[in-house]
Amino acid sequence: MSIQVRDLRKTFGHFKALDEVSLTFNSGELVALLGPSGCGKTTLLRIIAGLEYPDSGAVLFSGEDATFTHVRERGVGFVFQHYALFRHMTVFDNVAFGLTVRPRRQRPSRGEIAERVHRLLELVQLDWLADRYPDQLSGGQRQRIALARALAVEPKVLLLDEPFGALDARVRKDLRGWLRRLHDELHVTSIFVTHDQEEAMEVADRIVVINQGRVEQVGTPREIYNAPASPFVYGFIGDANRLSGHAADGWAELAGLRVPAPEFGQPEPRPVTGYIRPHDIQLQTADQGEGVAVRVESVAQVGAALRVSVRIPDGDTSLQVELPHSGGGWPFQVGEPVKALPRAARVFAG
Amino acid sequence: MSGVVSSLSTPGNVVVSRRAVTEAAWLRGLLIALALAFLGVFLVVPLVLVFQEAFSKGWQAYLAALTEPDAWHAVKLTLIAAGLAVPLNVVFGVAAAWSLTKFHFRGKQVLITLIDLPFAVSPVIAGLIYVLVFGSRGWLGPWLEEHNLSIIYAVPGIVLATVFVTFPFVARELIPLMQEQGVSQEEAALTLGASGWQTFRRVTLPSIKWGLLYGIILCNARAMGEFGAVSVVSGHIRGKTNTLPLHVEILYNEYQFAAAFAVASLLALLAVVTLVAKSFLEFKHQRDRERAARAAARQEVS
Repeated sequence: MSIQVRDLRKTFGHFKALDEVSLTFNSGELVALLGPSGCGKTTLLRIIAGLEYPDSGAVLFSGEDATFTHVRERGVGFVFQHYALFRHMTVFDNVAFGLTVRPRRQRPSRGEIAERVHRLLELVQLDWLADRYPDQLSGGQRQRIALARALAVEPKVLLLDEPFGALDARVRKDLRGWLRRLHDELHVTSIFVTHDQEEAMEVADRIVVINQGRVEQVGTPREIYNAPASPFVYGFIGDANRLSGHAADGWAELAGLRVPAPEFGQPEPRPVTGYIRPHDIQLQTADQGEGVAVRVESVAQVGAALRVSVRIPDGDTSLQVELPHSGGGWPFQVGEPVKALPRAARVFAG
Repeated sequence: MSGVVSSLSTPGNVVVSRRAVTEAAWLRGLLIALALAFLGVFLVVPLVLVFQEAFSKGWQAYLAALTEPDAWHAVKLTLIAAGLAVPLNVVFGVAAAWSLTKFHFRGKQVLITLIDLPFAVSPVIAGLIYVLVFGSRGWLGPWLEEHNLSIIYAVPGIVLATVFVTFPFVARELIPLMQEQGVSQEEAALTLGASGWQTFRRVTLPSIKWGLLYGIILCNARAMGEFGAVSVVSGHIRGKTNTLPLHVEILYNEYQFAAAFAVASLLALLAVVTLVAKSFLEFKHQRDRERAARAAARQEVS
C-alpha cells in the first residue's frame, strides 16, 4: 500500500514539530526517516500511524484520505522504541493479542491463532521463547517479538520508531541486516525512524532527511551521500570539512583551497560555505605538484583508514583527511609539511 | 599480644564481614532494641490489652456484647459504609489515575492536589463540610427537608463522609505506578486493533492489579475505622447511625468497658487481617516475580 502525506503541520505549544511536510511512500518500499532528535521524525511516524493527529494537512492510504481514521482501523503495525510488550503476558499471548481482540466473527479459531503465532515466531527465529515473559528476554529478542506482534495482524504498513535505538551496537548491527532480509521477504511498505545515518544507509531503499520539522532531502542512500542537497544534509550525513570563503567566476576560494563552484559564475565575489568529505582530499609530499601547503597535526589509524588532521597556514583552520591504509608504516609524520588537494567539494551560498 | 598479631594478619575476615555502612554491634543492638521497645509499648501491648479487656468478663459477655442489637447494627452500618465507599473510590481512583497519567489536559496539577486534600484536612473538618452543605441550616438543607431527604444524621451522610476521607487511597496508589508505566503499552494495544475497553481490561488492568488491590485494602481499613468525620455527621443515634468506632466510644463513655473492648476487638482484628492480607499480596507479588526470574534462569542454563 502506498502512503502519501500532504502539507502536514503539527505544533506542540510553541514548538513546530512538523512544518508543511509532503511525502510519498511507494508500495513495498522500505524508507528511513532520518534526522537529529527533536526534528519531528517520530511525530511524522505517529501521525501516519494515527497515534497523533496533524493540525492541518492530510494522510492518504492508497490515495484515500485517512487523516482522521482511528488508529484501530488503519491496519498499521507499529513497533515502539522500547518494545511496549505486554509485561504480564507470555510471548505467545503478546503475538496473539492482535488476533484475539478481533470481534468474534472475524476472529480466527484457537487452532488457527496458535498456528499463525508459531509461524510468526519462526519468522523472527524465536519459536522456542513462546512461553516466556518479556522481562526474561534480551533487548534484541524483545524487539523481534514486538515485530512479530505487529506483523500478526497482517498490517498494510509497518511503522518502526527507532526500532534498534535501545539496543547495544553489536545487536543493532545484526538486527539491521535481519530487518532488511525480512523486508525483502514480506515486501510490506515499511517506514522506520532513526537518528543513526549508518542504519539508514544500510537498510533503507530511500531516505528522508528531516530537520526542524522540514524535509531537507529525499533520495536513495547513494544520492543522499554523494549529492547532499543542503548544508544540513552535508553536515549530518557522513563527515565533512566545513570551510567558509568566497566564490566568483565559477571558482570558490575556501581557506586557501581552490575548488570549482559552477553555480557561482558571477564576477564579483560572494560569501560561500564549502563542504569537503575527508576522503575527497588528497595529500601529497610538499615538493610534488599542486595543492595548498599544510602541516600534519595528527595521524590516527581507525580500522582500515588513516585519519590525518592537517592545519592550513592561513590561521586556525584544520582539515580532516581520510586516507586508505594498507598496512605498513604511515606515509606522513606529525609536523611534516605536505600539500592538500581537494578532489570534490560542494559550495553553498552564505 | 599474639591475639593482636593474628587479628592483624587476617584482616580479610574482619573486612569481609563488615560492610562500610554497618555500625558497631552495640549500636545496632541498641537501635533494634529501641525500635522493638517502641513497637511493644505503642502497638503490641495496647493490642493485647484490647483483647484481654474484651474477654475480662468471659466468653459469654464477649459474645453478648457483639450480638447485642445495637452492636450488630453498628457492624452492619460499618459494612454498608465501607461496601459503598470502597467501590466508589475504586472507580474514582482508577478513573483519576487513568486520566492523570494517560492524558494531557489543563488543570492536571490542580486535580492531583485535590486528590490529596482529604489527607491534608482534619477528618472533623471533613464532617463539618457536609454538615454545612447538607445540614438543616446548610446550603441544601431546606431543599432536602422539603423533599423529605435526610443526609446528615443518617446513613447517606456517613457514606459521604467515609468516601471523602478514603478518597486518596486508591488513586494515590495507582498514580505513581501508572506514571512509571507510561502509555506505550496502551498505544501498542490500539495499533493492534483493541478497543478502549479491551485495552483497559487486558492491558492496563493486569499491569496495575497489585497496586489496585493494595489500595483497596488500605481504603477498606480506613473506611471501616474512620471516626472523626463520621462522628460529626452521624448524630450518634444508637441502632441507627452508629458505626463500629462510634459504638465503641459510646460504650466506653457509659463505663461498659468489657463491651467496649469486645467491639473494639473486632476493629483490631480487622487491622490485623488487613496487615496480613497486605503482606500476603506483597509476598505473592514478589514470589511471582522471583518464580519468573528463576524460570528464565533455568531455561538459560538448559
